[in-house]
Amino acid sequence: MAIIEDQRPLELTTGHDPVAPEAPSPLGVFARPKANTGWRSWVNTVDHKKIGIMYGVASFFFLLVGGVEALLIRLQLSVPGNQLLSADLYNQVFTMHGVTMVFMVIMPMASAFANYLIPLQIGARDVSFPRMNALSLWIWLAGAIFFNSSWLLGGGANGGWFNYAPNAGVTFSPGTGIDFYAIGLLIMGIGSTVSAVNLTVTVLNMRAPGMTLMKMPVFTWMNFVVQVLLVFALPVITVALLLLTLDRMFGAAFFDASKGGDPFLWEHLFWIFGHPEVYIMVLPAFGMVSEIIPVFSRKPIFGYPFMVGSGIAIGFMGWGVWAHHMFASGMGQLSVLAFSLSTLFIAVPTGVKILNWMATMYGGRIKFTVPMLFSIGLVGMFTIGGLSGVTHAFAPADTQQTDTYYIVAHFHYVLFGGALLGMMGGLYFWWPKMFGHFLGERTGKWHFWLMLVGFNLTFGPMHILGLQGMMRRTFTYTSVQGFSMWNLVSTIGAFIIALSLLVFIGNVFFSYRKHRKNPVNPGADPWDARSLEWMIPSPTPEYNFAEIPVVEEFDEFWHRKYGHDENGRLVRIAKTEDVVESSDPVTVHLPSPSYWPLVLALGMPLVGYGLIFNLWWAVPGVILIVAGVYGWVMEPATDPDGGHGHDDHHDEPDEPDATELAAPETAEAELVSASAGSTGATAGEGDSQ
Amino acid sequence: MSGLAYESLEDIEFPDDIHTTSTGISNEKLGMWVYLASDCLLFGGMISTYLIYKNRPGEIAGLSGNTDKVSEYFDIPFTSMTSFILLMSSLTMVLGVNAVIRGDLTRLRLWLTSTAVLGALFLGGQIYEFTNFVVNDDLGFTSNVAASAFYALTGLHGVHVVVGVIMLLSMLAISFGTRIRAEAVEVVGLYWHFVDIVWVLIFTIVYLIP
Repeated sequence: MAIIEDQRPLELTTGHDPVAPEAPSPLGVFARPKANTGWRSWVNTVDHKKIGIMYGVASFFFLLVGGVEALLIRLQLSVPGNQLLSADLYNQVFTMHGVTMVFMVIMPMASAFANYLIPLQIGARDVSFPRMNALSLWIWLAGAIFFNSSWLLGGGANGGWFNYAPNAGVTFSPGTGIDFYAIGLLIMGIGSTVSAVNLTVTVLNMRAPGMTLMKMPVFTWMNFVVQVLLVFALPVITVALLLLTLDRMFGAAFFDASKGGDPFLWEHLFWIFGHPEVYIMVLPAFGMVSEIIPVFSRKPIFGYPFMVGSGIAIGFMGWGVWAHHMFASGMGQLSVLAFSLSTLFIAVPTGVKILNWMATMYGGRIKFTVPMLFSIGLVGMFTIGGLSGVTHAFAPADTQQTDTYYIVAHFHYVLFGGALLGMMGGLYFWWPKMFGHFLGERTGKWHFWLMLVGFNLTFGPMHILGLQGMMRRTFTYTSVQGFSMWNLVSTIGAFIIALSLLVFIGNVFFSYRKHRKNPVNPGADPWDARSLEWMIPSPTPEYNFAEIPVVEEFDEFWHRKYGHDENGRLVRIAKTEDVVESSDPVTVHLPSPSYWPLVLALGMPLVGYGLIFNLWWAVPGVILIVAGVYGWVMEPATDPDGGHGHDDHHDEPDEPDATELAAPETAEAELVSASAGSTGATAGEGDSQ
Repeated sequence: MSGLAYESLEDIEFPDDIHTTSTGISNEKLGMWVYLASDCLLFGGMISTYLIYKNRPGEIAGLSGNTDKVSEYFDIPFTSMTSFILLMSSLTMVLGVNAVIRGDLTRLRLWLTSTAVLGALFLGGQIYEFTNFVVNDDLGFTSNVAASAFYALTGLHGVHVVVGVIMLLSMLAISFGTRIRAEAVEVVGLYWHFVDIVWVLIFTIVYLIP
């Protein structure tokens, strides 16, 4: 054995013991962060649950920002000839609203759930790269704040969220708003890429023993598809934004027709990213609904392989439909025909999902809890949005609808009625798991009904307005055009949505106060649910699983609780209390906190400001980034005081972590633990001596 | 090979991976693969941009007024040489990874240094080429869209090479420290080979195809 150990390929000693404890202070700059409570524990955390919660809080804050912008739009349009916003300000408000809602609300809120739930659902103790996880959060947040700071530094972007050329060029948009758009999105794109790589690897590599791909919960599956889409879609928008930046700041003319460039290239690049982006936004909510509906129908998800397969199909086909956003651009009949057909085809897997949700509910014992209501809301509202989407697939109809409020109605039905409703349901569903208490059920129902009614009042009339010919992105209309009544209705609806969000905030606040006064733990499994995250105590302990579960079938947790009698009827075979985890872990070592991700992320917006205003500003930014990278590399991934907790996938669950005690890096920890696991040795003997 | 050697070889091939990750590939390596997949689309977008613009000689001139196609100024023999240098750096990289797996630190340092030097030579060639275009041929970044697309594409690749050289030198520095992980060298090697392969594509598509 000793010979083999000596030739182990993954590790090389240079005279020192490779697993000997390192000095705890990396480069002597920071003391290794130790705080477990207070704000420091959040700033330096690498815990996927805390990162998920921070994603959630920040994206909810931006939901309010984007919501205020939406209310401004609706106020401006409430009556004809309104003077509340100037045309220029209106352009900025709707652009910032769109970009905020897409990149700072829907995507990060999905990230919040993905970060929190994927490791729990696949039975892991953390994501594959905990520090990179923190990095993606901080980079995204830095980019989002950078982007929104444009309000204070000369005005926001004003080109619409897809920011078409040539309007985006310096000639027509001389201000800095578009620069903030380009660089802000580049920064956030870096964060998303990091996160996508991380979660892709997590799903592929960190699954508990027995958790094959086709035993993963649908939520994890849909998010996996989303991460893969992000991996391939983000570089395309990166190219577009780089070219735009080169155009605006370095005198190139990629999108300037007067100098031989082609504005059309922007449209293509943007939508090659932009259409997968649509599925990136909606698939996580589909995943949540696919978790919630089976639980409250007390039936397994109908057609699991089709559910997964249709998600993958959507992921693939989403790449072949982008030009249906461009039917009005004159790209030629053949292209229009091809993209029209492919767009009709993509309705098929989406329809499969909707039918499967309904088939899941069919014959089930449905409990109309708040999460279930939101899920049913999604099924209904998304279907409306999907159907109006099919009408766009027909190019002749679409050329009539392009740039009208009909389009606005459509994409709000799929993104608000699809993504946001689903995620609201997800919040109510997983809240007890995240925070250890329920959100108020009665208040939650008020929230749901207000939101549903407000949503339909706001966006339903836009179908009519659009077909009547009201153009989007126009800051006002006259009273003779006949748009007045429905616009007023729509504005009233928008304020009802705002009210529903206030009800939600109140719900969060009051349910927390009630919990403080009289703490009642909801228990590990408050909903009698199906997937692994409900096997562990609520709120989730820091180490997730005291013992990594061994998975035998899909809906593992459910099958541990229920079986079938000889007549095929559902019978309970074990009490929930006996199935859920109760043992305290003996030695679980968690990834150690680190400041470096934050340092690295702080450099990014400085570089951005430098590019826009004065290159000298970029100097401290670059210094921070370089310091961040090298500080990070030189810092051992795990504190010498503790090993990793997430890499003990070997077959001996009894002593997963004692073997990793002194492992300085993830891969080495894996190496040591595995070799120790196979030889039965402990950490001190597991190295190459 | 004797039975004993084969046995130990087998243990090296898949020593621990079966137990550590679900796929058997380490997180770091799989992460690099996924990132490189993403990078493919980055270069794909840039190469497409160049292909769209390369035959727009800019009847409408840009700022500096040179309307010539950038391809008219290519010095194929020179670029072939620098391409060959970059390709050879892949060979030295492979030797470096091989050295670290065998535990041969001296060779590892030798091959890391040679890979970095070859990469730097390639960069030098690119700087020379750019300077030549700008100074002698009066073809700058803003001259016309074909030139802009050319500089953006090859510049992006150049940035990747710079990052690669920095990583190689960092590896070299780390190898003088207390320890180095063969896995890390291998992951850097993956990146380096990717950058090389992309250059093969760029060289073929941009320089060789008329």
